[in-house]
This record gives sequence, C-alpha cells and structure tokens, in this order.
Amino acid sequence: MRAIVLNHVVDFGGWRTAARSAALDGVPPEETLWSVHETTDLFAEPPGAAPPSGAFSVSRALVELAATAIQASDPERFALLYALVWRAHRGEKHVLEDAADPLVQRVMRLAAAVRRDTHKMRAFVRFREVVADDTTRYVAWFEPDHYIVEANAPFFVRRFATMTWSILTPYRSAHWDGEALRLGEGAQRADVPDDDKLEAYWRAYFSSIFNPARLKVSAMTSEMPRKYWRNLPEAAAIPDLIRQSRERTATMVETPTVSPARAPRPAATLATLPQPGTQGALAAEAATCQLCGLYKHATQTVFGEGPADARLMLVGEQPGDQEDLAGRPFVGPAGQMLDRALAEAGIDRSTVYVTNAVKHFKFEPRGKRRIHATPDRAEIQVCRFWLDQERALVRPAVTILLGASAARAVLGRTVTISRERGRPIPLEGGQVMVTVHPSYLLRLPDQESQAREYAALVGDLRMAAGWV
Amino acid sequence: MDLLRKLEILADAAKYDASCASSGTDKRSSLGAKDGVGSTEGMGICHAYAPDGRCISLLKVLLTNSCIYDCVYCINRRSSNVQRARFTVEEVVKLTLGFYRRNCIEGLFLSSGIISNPDYTMEQVVGVARTLREVHGFRGYIHLKTIPDADPLLMAEAGKYADRLSINIELPTEASLGALAPEKSIGDIKRSMGRMRLRIDEARAEKKAPRFAPAGQSTQVIVGADDSSDRAIMQMSTDLYGSYGLRRVYYSAFSPIPDSSSVLPPKAAPLVREHRLYQADWLLRFYGFAVDELATDTAGNMSLEIDPKLAWALEHRALFPVDLNSAPKEMLLRVPGLGVKTVDRLLASRRHRRIRMDDLSRLRLPVAKLMPFIVTADHHPGATLDCAKLAGRVAPKAVQGVLL
Repeated sequence: MRAIVLNHVVDFGGWRTAARSAALDGVPPEETLWSVHETTDLFAEPPGAAPPSGAFSVSRALVELAATAIQASDPERFALLYALVWRAHRGEKHVLEDAADPLVQRVMRLAAAVRRDTHKMRAFVRFREVVADDTTRYVAWFEPDHYIVEANAPFFVRRFATMTWSILTPYRSAHWDGEALRLGEGAQRADVPDDDKLEAYWRAYFSSIFNPARLKVSAMTSEMPRKYWRNLPEAAAIPDLIRQSRERTATMVETPTVSPARAPRPAATLATLPQPGTQGALAAEAATCQLCGLYKHATQTVFGEGPADARLMLVGEQPGDQEDLAGRPFVGPAGQMLDRALAEAGIDRSTVYVTNAVKHFKFEPRGKRRIHATPDRAEIQVCRFWLDQERALVRPAVTILLGASAARAVLGRTVTISRERGRPIPLEGGQVMVTVHPSYLLRLPDQESQAREYAALVGDLRMAAGWV
Repeated sequence: MDLLRKLEILADAAKYDASCASSGTDKRSSLGAKDGVGSTEGMGICHAYAPDGRCISLLKVLLTNSCIYDCVYCINRRSSNVQRARFTVEEVVKLTLGFYRRNCIEGLFLSSGIISNPDYTMEQVVGVARTLREVHGFRGYIHLKTIPDADPLLMAEAGKYADRLSINIELPTEASLGALAPEKSIGDIKRSMGRMRLRIDEARAEKKAPRFAPAGQSTQVIVGADDSSDRAIMQMSTDLYGSYGLRRVYYSAFSPIPDSSSVLPPKAAPLVREHRLYQADWLLRFYGFAVDELATDTAGNMSLEIDPKLAWALEHRALFPVDLNSAPKEMLLRVPGLGVKTVDRLLASRRHRRIRMDDLSRLRLPVAKLMPFIVTADHHPGATLDCAKLAGRVAPKAVQGVLL
C-alpha cells in the first residue's frame, strides 16, 4: 500500500508527481491511499520528494480533465483520477473517448459538477462596496460546493483587474489588490458588510424585469437553486413576486382597455415624394413591387442605377446574394468581374446605366447559404414591366444583354448566346448586343478557359462601346 | 422623478424583449489595463433568474418608453396610458457600471422608444455606448437595439461600440405587421438586416475593416398576437437565418400587457407553443430537419402535447428502430431523446464497445423514451413500434401546475 499525502485540497502539482511515480513504480490504483494534510504555508512546493526518474505521457485531454475534477469535493477524486492515469499508462491511450465506461463517466461527472459550480460562482458572487479612508474595496461572500476558488480567481482578476476586491468563502479567500492575487484561509459570512448602496436598485431591477404573466418557478430554481438565495440580494424579492403574479396578470386581462382612439399616422409630405416620371419615382414604385412571388423571400427590390441619359445600358439577369443585401446591382463577385472587364474595355461604369432583367433575388435556401436559382419565363415576363420603363426613360444608344435571361427579357425570345453574341441587333432606334454574363466566367473550371472567355467579354464590351 | 422609479419604469418597459444573451463576442480582459473595467470570454453568464424562468445577464432597459409609434402589441405605444420616463445618458452609464462592478451583470442591452425621429433616437442610444466605451473604458458586453433606416454613419458607430445589434421583426408576415404595427414594414427591417450582415461579414473577413458587432445580430418575433401558423413562423426563421446570418431568432409568446388594445387576444398565448418553436428552431438548425417535416396538422401547427421530434418519429415509424451501433449520424440525430452532444458521445463510444442498454442509463439518457425507437447489443423493441398505443406510452403525462 502506498500512502500519499497532498498539501492542500487542490494540490494538482502534488497529485501529478505522486501519480506519475506510482504508475512508473507499477503501483495499481487499489494499492494507493490518498489524503490531504493542509500545511499552514498554502501552496508551498511539495516536500522534498524527488521527482521520479523517467516519465510517460498521457493525452492533454486527460490532464485537463484531471485539473478540473481534482477541484471536486468528493474525497475519492485523487484515487479515481489515478485509476484513469493507470489505465492510460497501461495501454488504454484513448480511454477518455469511451464516455460509456463507468470510471470515465464518474470522473466526467465530477468535472461537470466542478464546471457548473465554477460557472455559478462567476454568476452569483455579489460584491459589496466598502469605502474607507478614501479607498474603495469590493467584498463578496460565496459558498461553493467544490474547491473552486483557486482556479476561478483569475477570472475575477481579468474582469475586475482595476478594482481592489476580496472573495471570501468558508474554505478559502482570494484577495486582489490591483496588482497581485493572494490566497488565504477561509472566512465567515459576518466578515462581509450586509448592505450596499446599489442593492435596492438591483432588487428593483430584478422585480421590474420579471413578467408576472409567465410564471415559471421551476425554470428559475433549476438554474438558480434555493441554496444560493441567501447570498443573493435580489432573491429577497422572489416570494412576493410569485405571490402577486396571478393577481397582477388577472388585472391586466380584466381591466378594460382605456387607450385613447388611435392617433393618426403622420402622413408623408409631398416634398419628400419624388417627381413622377423620373428615375427616382420609378425606383420608389418598384420598391414595393409584388407583381410576382419573389418579393416574399428577397430582402428588397434591386433597381437599376446610373445616369438617366446614359448612352450605354447593361442588363444582367437578377441580383445575387450580395446585391440583395446591399440593394444595388452588380456589387458581388460577378459585379467585380464586370467592373474589371469594363475598365479594361475603357468604359467608365459611372457613365453606364446598369440594371437586371429581374429585380428580386431568386434563390434556394441551403442551410446558412442562399443558392442562386434561375428566374423562369413568367418571372422575366412580369418584370419586363420595370425594365421597359427603364429603357424608355434612359433610351440608350446601345444596350448590352449579359446572358440568356437578359436576352429573353429584351428580345422576347430564346437566344443561344454562342450563336448571336457580338453582333449588332437593331431594336427600337438603338443597337443591342448579346454576350455572356460575367458569372458564367466565375463558373468555368480552369484558368485557361476563364482567361479566354474574359478576353472575349472585354472584346464584346469594347465593340459595343464603339457603336455608341 | 427619482432614479429608482425611472429604473422600475424603464426596466418594466424592456421586459418583453426575450434576448439576454451575452455570448459569442471577441475576448477582452482588464488585466494590465490602467483603468476601465470588464471582460468577455466567449461564454455569457446568467447572473440571476427571475421567477419567469428567464436569465438575467444584462441590464435590459429602455432609454425612454416614450414613443411616436403605435404598435398595438407594445406596452410603450403612443396611445398607451403607461407612465413615461426617460433616462439621461449619465444615468444609464452610472447604473451599468455600478451593477457591473458588483458582478450583477455582464453588460447592457439598451433599446428605446422612437423619439422625434429614427436618427435622433439612434444617436441617443449610441451616445450611451460611446460614453461607456470611450469615457469609462467599459469592456463588458453591449447589445444595442437598432432602428431601421437610421443614418449609416450612426449604424457604423453602433457596430463599433456594440457586441450585438438587433432589430425585431415582431410579426412573421407583412400583413400582420401592417395590421398591428402600421409604422413598421418588413421591407425596412429586412433591408436593415441585410446592411448589417454585409458589415458583420466584412468585419469578420478583413482584418483592416472597422469593428462591427462581433457577436452578430439577432431578432425577436411575437407568437400568438396574430393568427400566423407555426409553419409561417418557421419559414420566416429559415429565411432570416439563411439570408442575414442571424445568431438567434427569439420567440416570445404574446402575454397580456397593462392597458392593452382590444385588437389583441385577451389571454396569453400558451408558453408551450413558444417552447415548441424553440425546439423546432434547434431541429432546423442543428438536426437536419426541414420546415415541411415539422408542421404537422392541416393548419400548419405543431402539436402542443408532444415535442416536434417525437411527433415526427411517430409519423415515420417505418424508419425505426435505429441501431445505435451502426446507424449514420444523420439518423441518430432523428431519434427522440438523443441530442447533438449525446450523438457525438455515442459515435465516439461505439468505436470502443458495442452500445448496450446499461451504457445508456449510465449516460443518463431517457431510456423509456428511447426504447421503442432503438436497437442496441442487448435490446430490440420488437413490435412495440407498431403498437397503436405507442404515442400514449412515450408522450409525457400532463401535469397540473402547482402554484408555489
């Protein structure tokens, strides 16, 4: 039998050294006896025991699990953790992966209890302000179920580093002076003042944020068990809140409505409305378009933009994901490709009117993404209502139709791009050219064909600009 | 009016917002700082729970409950006779810091009634966040409610100071919003969400981009104030998650408010409906379910008696029993009683052993609920699945609530 005495209740260093040497010496778990003898000098280095010669490795997950579970109040924790180390050392390297193993499960449960207690300490510590001799200190009393103060103190340091504070518990206290953390012996509840100037405000907030129409006491107590209540200033309000909730709700339901007649909605002033027949008026009308069902799932109408007297008009298919979010045409990946091609063709985008055949984004939801869906004939047909008015307003000399949907919208027939691209088609006193949509380039698999198609697109754009 | 009374009024006015989350933002610490206070470390902390079972993580108040809008479901609508109050910027700052230093809260969730116009209101709300961050070095969590169509510069500033931004969609359809909240429009709200998403994505993707709401955006919808079906609500949520990358959609069962409008139902919507929608929300996001698989009755509503996953399983008995030792993950996720974490544990465990029933009880799983739907090394449900009374056996017994 090997007896091991640790220096304090969370002596992880001591446990680790002892566990390593016991495993190397081949001492099985049932032949170890673990105990704690608190020395007055907390956290002194373990007494002279020479580190064992030789070492072995266990998984990082096991070390982390042990560092957590060792804080549990269960007196068997040291032995249980050693039993895990023993098994890992004896060949079961992945012992932790088997959550259904009884030993693994028991240790996991210890660690879970420690984590919960740690979390509750972070939640339920309540500082009280103590002002004396021009200095302000914050003091709290907390009663943890496990030995969590040592490992949890750094959290409070990170949060309240610029304050001076003490957290007192029955077995240990932690003090921060603004520069260093000091751990001391346990304390008593009476060591903390019993009021604070803001506690009445906090209780008032707690009471006011509660909705009496949805009383769920068990939901509250499962997360904030009664054992914590005596140290929570707001908990004093709970019994009254529960008692009065039914009556308060009944009053709300029964009291007849005494609201005055609804005040009229402020009307939009004429000055803010755009002039009819202008681009602005058209865009404003289109913003509320519900001519087809696409508006339901899209964010907004993405109308055309550019000078009303532009000589060149570009028509794409429909807004994509980015265009839908931003409310502007050709700002996503295809738009960036188009911008590059326009610049290379010597065309200044700010002089061009850019729009789409369909004004709402059509897509299929795929988890957190929206996948582009091609608009059907009916949607293109219906949306011509807007495109026709845009064309009538701008009356461009040359219109470039990017892709088959745009070609269908303007020419009213099925167009095979490869057969008709790059040649002038006379239409309503202007010229029309059909070419590919820039998103087509983005879908090409290899760089070589992408470069070739890009050059062809730039060529088409340059030619069309020449017709202006 | 004294500060205590203002706090009571403006907290009361804010309590219909369900969100109190303070997680998922960037990490901040006060260690090594000369002044200021606060930290954030990923996981939010619920510092208290009210008797309504809701977590209190943030100081959730309105800057003012005075409002020029007249949304009938809202206690603060302009035609309500509720008592009005207004905080100064300094008062909110003082309360936030005071509560924070006492470890009562993780930070602030500030919202406001619309005063004068959207930009003016937004400027006031942003002013509080600016003062907390710039003057007092506050490193805690800030959630700001935004207002559709507020000036883009104000929005940029809001995103710079806030961890999370939100805008409530309130009702699932355009028609309901038109009827109950005439000054609001779904279009404005969606446009606003779209703009926020672009900025959040940009800030996340590019190091040089300005900080913008690292904890993302969320929204809330009121359930039971109008006649929208569960299907309509779930469809709306699916759209919002997909289109705007929302972190959360909160569902808030309509509950009666003081001085309520006669247009509204007089009684609270059942809280269990809200609960079912949260369950469905999780099934849609993490369990691979689709909206059409969940809304079961002809009106498009889910059962209030049994949870949506169990309801689905009872409707699809031919796909069960599922062998825990061989079924793929997607199928394990569909077994009533198995959660995402449990499924991961079972997948890891079964590489080491054949799963048996006592493994399940050691993992503290609801064995009675699971049994009809699973096969393990030592269990097969036999004909249980075909039993007409199965639903009665696995459904939870109705329990009469007891007042404390």
